Amino acid sequence: MKRRIITLFRIIHTGTVNFIRNVSLAIAAIAVMVVTLTIVLFSLITNATFSNTIGQITSKIDVSVFLKDSVTDAQAQTFATNIRKQPNVSKVIYLNKQQALQTYINENQGNQDLITAASETGNPIPATIEVFPSNLNDINTIKNYLVEPGNDALQISGSPSYNGNKKVAIDNITHATDVLRKIGIITIAVFAVICALIIFNTIQMAIFNRREEITIMRLLGASTGYIRGPFIVESIIYGVLSGIVSVLIINSAFLAASGALQASSLGLLDINYANQFFDSHFWELLTLQVAIGIIIGTVSSVIATRRYLKFKTN
Amino acid sequence: MSMILLDRVTKKYPRSEEQTALDRISLQVDPKEFVIVIGQSGAGKTTLLKLLTREERPTSGKIIVGGVDYDKLKDKDIPLLRRKIGVVFQDFKLLPNKTVFENVAYALEIVGISNREIKHTVPKVLNIVNLKDKANAYPRQLSGGERQRVAIARAIVRQPRILVADEPTGNLDPKHAWDVIKVLEKINRYGTTVLLTTHNQDIVNKLKRRVVIIKDGKVVSDKANSGYKS
Repeated sequence: MKRRIITLFRIIHTGTVNFIRNVSLAIAAIAVMVVTLTIVLFSLITNATFSNTIGQITSKIDVSVFLKDSVTDAQAQTFATNIRKQPNVSKVIYLNKQQALQTYINENQGNQDLITAASETGNPIPATIEVFPSNLNDINTIKNYLVEPGNDALQISGSPSYNGNKKVAIDNITHATDVLRKIGIITIAVFAVICALIIFNTIQMAIFNRREEITIMRLLGASTGYIRGPFIVESIIYGVLSGIVSVLIINSAFLAASGALQASSLGLLDINYANQFFDSHFWELLTLQVAIGIIIGTVSSVIATRRYLKFKTN
Repeated sequence: MSMILLDRVTKKYPRSEEQTALDRISLQVDPKEFVIVIGQSGAGKTTLLKLLTREERPTSGKIIVGGVDYDKLKDKDIPLLRRKIGVVFQDFKLLPNKTVFENVAYALEIVGISNREIKHTVPKVLNIVNLKDKANAYPRQLSGGERQRVAIARAIVRQPRILVADEPTGNLDPKHAWDVIKVLEKINRYGTTVLLTTHNQDIVNKLKRRVVIIKDGKVVSDKANSGYKS
């Protein structure tokens, strides 16, 4: 057991020393791995940001039911309670005429003409019931309930009002996010393969450079694991460094983008949220990036050393 | 029980069907014996040693070394076998970027010996080969004879029961060659079985040890306390 621990430490030490000595040989492998991991991280953050954007837009979608002035407060409360019992309803807010006017005034603070017009004409804003669906795709179930004859009679003409355009927008965003996600996965896969091939090549060159030493090691009775180990350690170091560098690159890129553009979002990509997501998940993302780097490095170096360091006798 | 046993061993190389490197060789070496194998270049001496270190597999025949039957030896056990056999090569096979001490220590490092034990053992072995004062020198700073003694120190540092030396004096002048032979004799006196290949007639005649002559892949003579005349 003690010998195994000593051997493990020696493998790690040799791998680290070899990495330092052959850093010029490793630059290409590290560069491609950095690109791969940067794409992975960028995909993760944009995905999270898009999901957040969609969530925010979804939460603003509602169905507004405008009640006739003849409807009493008790009738309105009963109607609201009945709506709340319907499937696919997550929240119902009832605003009487006065509350609806106040909300209207609050929403139009910048437009004094509108506020004046609304106040001076004896409150033209009807009492309103705001209905929030839990599933946007199933909004018609709410609509069907609201237009039932008994319910329809309580509403003024043109009610209920839908934020239908937002649904279309959300569908478009969801579709775009889905396409981007697929493109991201394909790009990551392609770069991961390129990365693995370059690591292959780097290890092949390293094995070629050290062929004399490897021959001597074999003749002296070094185990295959002892010979392979340092090459795998070297690849793990590529992974760790690349993981760290990719996190730094993304961090700098977001900071630079938000600073230089003086804007909180680039189209759908909410830079503020991306930064916030990055900050709040920093250690998880760093760990994930390093882990992916280690996995790519280990898998490709294990395959490369299996291929180029076969133990054979004639 | 023999330390080395070869029973009707034949070795043919795949691409030279007409040339048989070893042809039904049988050889038995007892523990603590010092055996010299001689023959012209291409006679099969190096092939014989490569079979013992399992760098090559025999085409037919049986090999048992130190109680290990090579027929039953798995590839994963080859490193363990090699740790029991010390090997000295004609071209030394030293690592140029390591000092004398580090080259010898290397044989211990790869089997997981602690640094403390290495610091304790290596100077003792360098003392045996008279190189204690050269511990910090690099191979390029040494003469051929000194390099070969470093290789011997590396081969014996794990205290193997068998030492095989493939023409260790081949690249050395007579004085250095004799220094190397004296070291091998010393190691043999400590109880290690030594199998030495050479074509140096002087060394064979002065040593007066068992001599096995190989010609065209066959043992043509096997005599104790023998000399040799080409």
